[in-house]
Amino acid sequence: MSAELRYPAKATSRGRPRNQVAHGPRSRHDGTLVRNPPCAVAPARAPGEAVFQLYARIAWYGFRRYSAYRAAALAGAFTNTVFGILRAYVLIALWQARPGLAGYDVADAVTFCFLTQAFIGPMQLFGGGLGMAERIRSGDAAIDLLRPASLQGWLLADDLGRALYLFLLRSIPPTIVGALLFGLVFPSSAATWAAFAVSMLLGIVVSFGLRYLVDLSACWILDDRGTAQVSLVLSLFFSGMVVPLNIMPGWLGTATNALPWAAMVQVPADVFLGKITVTDALTFQAGWAAVTLALGAVITRAARRKVVIQGG
Amino acid sequence: MVRTYALLAWTWMRASAQYPVSLALLTLGSLAVNALDILAIWVIFSHTTTLGGFALPEVMFLYGTAGVSFAVADMLFGNVDRLSTHIRSGGFDIMLIRPAAAFLQMAVDRFNVQRFGRITQAAVVLGLALAGLEVPWSRAWMIPVMIVCGVVIFASIFAIAGATQFLLINAPEVANAFTYGGSSLTQYPLTVYGSELVRAVTFVVPLAFVNWQPALLVLGRDDPLGLPHWLRYASPLAAVALATVAMLAWRAGIRRYRSTGS
Repeated sequence: MSAELRYPAKATSRGRPRNQVAHGPRSRHDGTLVRNPPCAVAPARAPGEAVFQLYARIAWYGFRRYSAYRAAALAGAFTNTVFGILRAYVLIALWQARPGLAGYDVADAVTFCFLTQAFIGPMQLFGGGLGMAERIRSGDAAIDLLRPASLQGWLLADDLGRALYLFLLRSIPPTIVGALLFGLVFPSSAATWAAFAVSMLLGIVVSFGLRYLVDLSACWILDDRGTAQVSLVLSLFFSGMVVPLNIMPGWLGTATNALPWAAMVQVPADVFLGKITVTDALTFQAGWAAVTLALGAVITRAARRKVVIQGG
Repeated sequence: MVRTYALLAWTWMRASAQYPVSLALLTLGSLAVNALDILAIWVIFSHTTTLGGFALPEVMFLYGTAGVSFAVADMLFGNVDRLSTHIRSGGFDIMLIRPAAAFLQMAVDRFNVQRFGRITQAAVVLGLALAGLEVPWSRAWMIPVMIVCGVVIFASIFAIAGATQFLLINAPEVANAFTYGGSSLTQYPLTVYGSELVRAVTFVVPLAFVNWQPALLVLGRDDPLGLPHWLRYASPLAAVALATVAMLAWRAGIRRYRSTGS
């Protein structure tokens, strides 16, 4: 059964069978929120404020949902720390053989290594879907398509909440251990810290944009594990997780530094280390965030016509 | 036992073939993920000629032997570390009442064909390394021995990792630090790591016996860390000892298992 058939009569009666998601923020408020009291958005508020409140609340629920898995997050932090230590030694060996390689000294290289580990949780560098593919397979996607918010916006807010929780539990501990064991380089000015915070947020948005595309691929091929695997390879290698992108030789280095995955590890790490102009870094990341989100919006529109609700 | 395993493995392979596009992408993706390790080594050696005192063919030899051992162990026993998922869902109860050993069912759970790719890839690297090394037969006999010992050691680590999940139901990721961490550690000469870490993986978690100690014999090198010479023959001993620990840990885990009731 196709999505449109299950769609509420209201949408079709407006002569817009394609539904709310594609219509932008305004049409989401033509009464839908008011008719759903659990959203706890006061109807009298201005639309902009209500939208913000709704998404802030979704993000908070995302945070809360993940905080139920504290043991898993701490286990992840432990694993990230162990890998940080192992990889730090390999980079130290390389930088001892080639001091000053790529403009980094040994301390920079070790800091880079622990930053990559700190990014794994918030940016979900090992894949980690949004759960949408599973919901498409099970048919739960039908409910998601009826929610009083855009599918993409809803999932983005939820993902930001998740990222904040994992930042606290999986990014901070490995960094502290790294600093204690190896002595990491930290930004000296508040401005760099602020730029790093923005850069990390943009990195998370790019990561979301890419994972959203992977999840929605399930609309076409049902089993998303294959696309997830390909996406994993791309994000591990082209983000700078495996080796820093700035030591990739020749054209490979140029190409990898221009691709969206660089926005997830290499660029925020360089902002942290002060190895890149902040405006260049943030423009690059914001550009890819916009492109991936826009592509996601287009695919959502196509998926709505394509999705087959499995079962009932 | 072997027949049951083969039958179940074949069943899982047929199941995964139901989604052909996904299977093809998974196989390619799995090959590519592992190719990344080699690419990392290549990028590193494009900047230097030795890493931790070892040249490229020697590092490839270490990578190849560890890679083949880990890939075989991962294919045959790797899914034991999914135990916590089955405990939470109640699926483990079903395994306990089936007429086959629970460990065997866990090991073969979601057996997938793409892992053959990993073995092939590591074997190719090992072949290339050996072509560049010219190891005399008087030392090359150790290569098959060390690979078998490596499989046993990694399989034991997987089994121990699985057994700890009877306790750490909500934190299965801890196991990855030892399984995948062990695989990652053994890809490089241990000289790059700090000496405390090397002692720990020699005498506590015997990862040094997967390839490092026997490789010193094969490559005809002195131990840069000055550990006793006889250790390079000790891999079978370490493998048997760790396998015993793994067996006891799994049995202890099963004995204290309580169903979640779901």
